[in-house]
Parts: sequence; structure tokens; C-alpha cells
Amino acid sequence: MSSYFFVILGAVLVNNVVLVRILGLCPFMGVSKKLETAIGMGAATTFVLTLGSGTSYLIDHYLLVPNDLVYLRTLSFIVVIAAIVQLTELVIHKTSPLLHQVLGIYLPLITTNCAVLGVPLLNVGQRHNLLESLLFGFGSSIGFTLALVLFAGIRERLDGADVPLPFRGTAIAMITAGLMSLAFMGFAGLDRYQ
Amino acid sequence: MLSAIAVMVGIALALGAALGYAAIRFKVEGDPLVENIDAILPQTQCGQCGYPGCRPYAEAIANGEADINQCPPGGEEGIRHLADLLGREFKPLDEEHGVEKPKAFAFIDEQTCIGCTLCIQACPVDAIVGAAKQMHTVIERECTGCELCVAPCPVDCITMEPLPEIVKNWKWKYPVFKIEEAA
Repeated sequence: MSSYFFVILGAVLVNNVVLVRILGLCPFMGVSKKLETAIGMGAATTFVLTLGSGTSYLIDHYLLVPNDLVYLRTLSFIVVIAAIVQLTELVIHKTSPLLHQVLGIYLPLITTNCAVLGVPLLNVGQRHNLLESLLFGFGSSIGFTLALVLFAGIRERLDGADVPLPFRGTAIAMITAGLMSLAFMGFAGLDRYQ
Repeated sequence: MLSAIAVMVGIALALGAALGYAAIRFKVEGDPLVENIDAILPQTQCGQCGYPGCRPYAEAIANGEADINQCPPGGEEGIRHLADLLGREFKPLDEEHGVEKPKAFAFIDEQTCIGCTLCIQACPVDAIVGAAKQMHTVIERECTGCELCVAPCPVDCITMEPLPEIVKNWKWKYPVFKIEEAA
């Protein structure tokens, strides 16, 4: 039981997709200007990533491995993820047109978010079973949301801060991301405790 | 080789079926025509067309209740675009609803303003800042030039100023030829 807990903890804090593995930086930089959009994007990514890692595991385990087709992994994972993103977009468009409008182009872009492809591939690499895959996907996306929301909060504060002229805009955002990444490195080894 | 093709085809078929079902299940009942018409309208929210704003006018056009030549701020060009979109004949602007004027913004003479807030209530886009018994002023870049604030002002301190040509809104002039010279 506690091993599942450590899978989630490790995915959220220790091996945070954005800040430690440095995956999925496009939405991290692109959608983090406002807290609301950051939360919306986090929720959408959580849905896609959890569902994506589950289905990817099923496809890998029941279709690719028995047929000796593991070289098709990347291709089939991308297809599955693209379909799930499309599904998410349909659902969000129906349930929350406002969120759909706010997320705009970043929603279809989840398809090419390397975090979303990276997590299923990591799942395969770490030989997770179905539950672990789901938990790892969920934990990673919670970590993604956490990083995104924290970063959006900092960036909203930065808007009112007196930043030196050469550092304004993306430059200070990059520095902030680097500092946050350093801070998250402090969690290293937390999931080793048994 | 064959199994690879079979597996990928299988995945594609399954996902395609799921998406096809979802597209029907989560179909959005919206009229894209209204969006397209609304995008052409100038968003001045001036109400000169007889509707409370640009969006209601767009809905009225889409439902066939209103004609396309009722929008003075959109002018001739706007009517042409609407005619293109809807596949109708171009018709000149209906004078009943007003005449086309150059783009302008409201200007409050702050010396005269008594801070009555009447213009703030009239403004459809919240482009006027101020409070009761405090001087008001217009945020130029928010102002759509709808003139709705001019009438309510009890001291007539609001005038419409033509939009000055600055780098941000400058564009190439259309070439003007005199027909005799060209011929």
C-alpha cells in the first residue's frame, strides 16, 4: 500500500514533470500568466494524462507486447493521446465554453505536450502495473498542476514588481522557473524513505 | 509486419468510433453564423441598429429579423463583408439608423464635469472612470465612439473628438484616381 503512496509522492514532488524532469515547458510558460487559466489547464492536463497513461498501459500490455510490436510504442501512444485530447476538448467545449475559450490553442496543444507522452513512456520504462501507471499519471499531472499554479501565482506578483528593464517579461519568468526548479530539487530522496 | 498493421488499424478504428460517438454525444448547440456575423460587427455596442448591442443585432441578422444595412459605425465596408458572408446583395446604409462618421472617441472636458456619473451609466463598454462628485475621464483605448454618453451629460462637457492618426492605427491610404485622368 505504502508503495503506491510513494509513487504519487515521487511523481508530485520528487520527480516533478516540469521542474525536475523539465518536460512540458510549453504550457508551463504559455498558460501561466493568469491563475485561472493555469488551474484550468492543470485540470485538463490531469484528465488527459491520467486517462492517457491508463490506456497507454492497456495498449502496451495487451496489444504491443504480446504481438512483439514494442517498436510501435511511441506511435500508438501519440495516437491514443491525440484521441483523448480531442475527447477532452469536446467535453470542455460542451461543459464549460468559457474555459474552452480561455485555454484556446493550448488545449489542442496538450497533444504535443511532451509531458503527456513522456509519462506513459516512463511508465513502460519503470515497469509499472496498471494501478501504478494510473497513479503515476495522476501524480505527475498533479505535480504539473502544482508547478503551473505556483508559477502563475508568482508571475501575477511579478507583474506588479519593479523588475529591472532587461529582465522584464520572459527573462524573469525563466529565472523564476529555474529558481523553482532548484527548490524542487530539495525534495530529492524524499521517496527513498521506507 | 501484418500484425503491426492490424494493431494500428484496430487502434485507429476503435479511437475513431469513440471520437465519433463523443462528437454526437457532446455536440454543442451553438449557431456559428451568429459568431461570424458578430465578428464582422464593429463592437461599438452603440445601439444605433435598434438592438441593445452588437451581439443581439448579429442574432437578429442570423434569424432573418434584421437587415444587414443598419450598422452606421460598420459603414459600407461592414455591409459589404456581411453581404459576402451571407451571400446577399450589397445595399447602401439605411439612413434611418444614422450616417457613417469617421472614428472618434469621447472626450470629457474635465473643467466642466460635475461628477454626476450619468455618462458612466450610459457607457456600454465601461470606458469611463470616475465616481460621484469626482471628475470623470474617458479611457481612450476602451472607447468605441458610440456617442451614448453625449446625450445624458447635463452640462454638455462631452465632445466627440476624431481619432488622431498615430503609428498604432495608421494604415496605407487607398489610392484615389480621378476617372477622367485614368481614362
